Amino acid sequence: MSLVFLIFIPILAALFIPLLFKRLGQIHTGWFVLLVPAALFLYYATRLPSVMEGGTYVSELSWIPSLDIAFVAYLDGLSLLFTLLITGIGALVVLYSIFYLDKHREQLHNFYVYLLIFMSAMLGVVQSDHLITLYLFWELTSISSFLLIAYWYTRDRSRFGALKSMMITVFGGLMMLGGFVLLSIMGGTYSIRELIAQAPELAQHDFFIWALVLVLLGAFTKSAQFPFYIWLPDAMEAPTPVSAYLHSATMVKAGIYLVARLTPVFALSEVWMWLVAGVGLFTMVWASFFALKQTDLKGILAFSTVSQLGLIMSLLGVAAAAYHVEGAADTYLKYAAFAAIFHLINHATFKGSLFMIAGIVDHETGTRDIRKLGGLMSLMPVSFTVALIGSLSMAGLPPFNGFLSKEMFLTAMLSLQEFNMFSMDVWWVLFPIIAWVGSVFTFIYSLYFVFHTFAGKHQPEQLPKQAHEAPIGMLISPVFLAALVVMIFFIPNLIGDWLVKPAVAAIQPFLYDSPQNVDIHVSAWHGFNTELFMTLGIFAIGGLMFWTLRKWQHLYDLYPDAISLNRLYDEMMLLSGGGANRFSRIYMTGFIRSYLVYMFSFMTFIVLLTLFLNEAFQIDFSNLAPIGVYEIVILLALVGATLTILGSKSRLTAIIALGAVGYSIALLFVIFRAPDLALTQLVIETISVALFLLAFYHLPQISRKEERMKFRFGNALVALAVGVTMTLVALSAHSQKALPSISEFYKETVYSEAGGGNIVNVILVDYRGFDTLFEIAVLGIAGIGIITMIRLRLTKKEGQHENK
Amino acid sequence: MRTNDVMLQTATKVVTFIILMFAVHIFFAGHYTPGGGFVGGLLTASAIVLLMLAFDIPTIKKILPINYVVLTAVGLLIAIATASASIIFDVPFFTHAYDYFDLPLFGKTSLHSALLFDIGVYLVVVGVTMTIIQTIGEDE
Amino acid sequence: MEIVMSVAIGLLFMAAVYLMLSKSLIRIIIGTGLLSHGAHLLLLTMGGLGGTAPPVVADGVSAAEYADPLPQALILTAIVISFAVTSFFLVLAYRAYQELGTDNMELLRGTEDYE
Repeated sequence: MSLVFLIFIPILAALFIPLLFKRLGQIHTGWFVLLVPAALFLYYATRLPSVMEGGTYVSELSWIPSLDIAFVAYLDGLSLLFTLLITGIGALVVLYSIFYLDKHREQLHNFYVYLLIFMSAMLGVVQSDHLITLYLFWELTSISSFLLIAYWYTRDRSRFGALKSMMITVFGGLMMLGGFVLLSIMGGTYSIRELIAQAPELAQHDFFIWALVLVLLGAFTKSAQFPFYIWLPDAMEAPTPVSAYLHSATMVKAGIYLVARLTPVFALSEVWMWLVAGVGLFTMVWASFFALKQTDLKGILAFSTVSQLGLIMSLLGVAAAAYHVEGAADTYLKYAAFAAIFHLINHATFKGSLFMIAGIVDHETGTRDIRKLGGLMSLMPVSFTVALIGSLSMAGLPPFNGFLSKEMFLTAMLSLQEFNMFSMDVWWVLFPIIAWVGSVFTFIYSLYFVFHTFAGKHQPEQLPKQAHEAPIGMLISPVFLAALVVMIFFIPNLIGDWLVKPAVAAIQPFLYDSPQNVDIHVSAWHGFNTELFMTLGIFAIGGLMFWTLRKWQHLYDLYPDAISLNRLYDEMMLLSGGGANRFSRIYMTGFIRSYLVYMFSFMTFIVLLTLFLNEAFQIDFSNLAPIGVYEIVILLALVGATLTILGSKSRLTAIIALGAVGYSIALLFVIFRAPDLALTQLVIETISVALFLLAFYHLPQISRKEERMKFRFGNALVALAVGVTMTLVALSAHSQKALPSISEFYKETVYSEAGGGNIVNVILVDYRGFDTLFEIAVLGIAGIGIITMIRLRLTKKEGQHENK
Repeated sequence: MRTNDVMLQTATKVVTFIILMFAVHIFFAGHYTPGGGFVGGLLTASAIVLLMLAFDIPTIKKILPINYVVLTAVGLLIAIATASASIIFDVPFFTHAYDYFDLPLFGKTSLHSALLFDIGVYLVVVGVTMTIIQTIGEDE
Repeated sequence: MEIVMSVAIGLLFMAAVYLMLSKSLIRIIIGTGLLSHGAHLLLLTMGGLGGTAPPVVADGVSAAEYADPLPQALILTAIVISFAVTSFFLVLAYRAYQELGTDNMELLRGTEDYE
């Protein structure tokens, strides 16, 4: 089956969800949805063996050939790994959501439709080889994330969080689009593979550094790096399955994916390495530090996710260093890329399970406030075990997978001492130190999360609900993930061979030809080396600080809110919204006349200016039709009727005079040899008058009491200007023909090509049939609009209710 | 609407049919002489409006139980279907075809796919005009 | 003839704009009706009024003698559309009048209390 088609399967499945929800509401809709990611996971898993050997798959579907835009699905080690994460974690999350979301109370069809759209979008992001479609899917993930965060849209916090995430990620996405466009200008192609092939030439280009910064802005906003991370904590208003899926396992890793994918293009640059590694590392320590300030369970996890994303990001930055070192595959620098991918997998497992536990605690106790929780260990033993496994893995303790990747992270940071370019020989020492500090705080918040929830004193009076263990169905997914956490510790090299190495080969094609060449063996015990002592230091200092947490945690309150990034965001939103409002209120008076005056004056101004500048005004006296008596009589009638309308005080007079104008025009059509028009105008005028008379009783009287002289004078001035302009336009338009009219073509071909005799009608139904098609569509819309206004009126009471 | 105008009603009965016949004639003639879907549709609508004026809307609704909204939709569908049919024959959207046939009774006649499109236009025009008139007329 | 027509068109537009700028709902609707009449005539005049035969193929008439069919086709479309739009306006106006009890545009400004 075509890979491109597979990307769209979730979106296609989404079409049926509302139907399933309405018709088969007795069965939880999630069960049907579950089939989609599960089947996709199994299918993609069959591709693993050949990708492991270094094989790739490509499939292409042309979309807009004239702009060279196509859907290109490209499956290599990196994209397959992400694909499996998306479908695998997706299946687990859907399973979990079946028990988390109540089928009677929740609007499941909305939820699953959004979720499936997201799945397609995310698959598209990681598989697209074409930059423009990659961008398209990228924004689609932002939009589906927006919809999912705002799923409980009646809550203010949800809407706020949704908007915030949308503003920041879409801002980044637009920057990234700019970067992509620059890349395509430099390389002359939209294909990532082709760009990678010409990486060294690209680096010489003036735009290179701009493209780099813009693309990184996209990646940093999506992956919640400093200072853009502020949207992620607010996104925690989403239902927990969404947080576990989008905001920890998949969507926020799109930025990581992008950085990994484009590493071969940008690795040459010093700026790339410093930015990616520097921002990543700073984000890691910053977020881990502030995680301890949080009191909301999901808030802690959000900050921890930001911190862990920073960790992976910094590893990718270090991985770029390998580009510059001859024979890097034999030095310690080789570990960075492997550690990044390995930790990415590990993070998905332990953080996924922790989010699900946070959801369970929320579900079963009614609160996520860690100050109210405590002592749940005995009440929720299974949840506690899972949380303990996840947290200790996050803290980097054996025997869990987090230990392995944390060790490797420290190795990679220490490896920078072998790197002596880009002033690294002076500054490298900062990297391991910052990494170490970040790891200490990671250790503390991991313990804080699990022990302040499950250990300590139980306070049932603080909890809205009687706490008890979650139903079995809800526990399947977290228990499965926790089992993986332990399992990976014991079989790290299997995971390494199957998943990590193919991805590493894709990130560092300059080092490895095929995944087999990645010569890294993961082991829990390396002997007494620097990493081990650093780890022991983390345990010792971290343990000590956790022990005394209550004594110093209140110091966080000293941090003033006034200078926080959230405050900055709020102020910016307020300023831009308020400013735009103040500006538009200057000219938006709410009075239709003002708007019409703007339009008419501006139109007059522009048209007259154009006529004047192009010296376009001229009258051609040579080609005039003769003036006949009938025409003059009819025109006099027309003018008379028009003046009657202007002066009339009664609506009946005005309506009849309007009819007279219409009939005069019909007669003019007769004289000017337009039989079709004459017929149509006559009938329409009759029906129009009938219509006006039908509506007559509903219409208000003409009243002009409120209109003062000055007001009327202004109107007359504008009207006069428009009238004069139109006369000039009519004269100039008639007097000069810039191009020969297409009418000649119609006249010549009407019988031979179109098989008709009435040219006007043939134009309508044949030559310009498209216009007519749209015209009758407009007619239909007008009809529907009228029905809506008349038949579907709300009673006053309901109307007021609707507004609230 | 109230009326008990015998003159008007009697005249209407005759005139309506004349208008309708004329409408049909002008519709089919449209490809070679003045006329076509728009005028034909409007004339048909005006015949029905005349009936509604002479008698009253409930009566006419009983005699002509047509849902004009459905009529509009059908017209639109016919128009789009005619336009898209050309895709099946692998020619660009909206390509029309015609040919001349010798039909019994009619003699040499040209059959034109544009006529089908015009039928769509005709139905939409009748449908929308009547929808508007009828909805406004019923609104008390 | 075209010059006379151009003046008439200008007059129609002038009257239409003047009516549309007033405060009374019904005058605005009538104004839009006049505006479309003016536009139709403008189209017709632009193409030239000189044709001596209607644009219907007939034997013995040369191509130059037909009136320009293109403006006619445009106007035919415009007539029907303007009918639909005018009736839409009409209903909009009288429903607004029924619901709000005024036809003074100055009082129909809408409210300031947005979020």
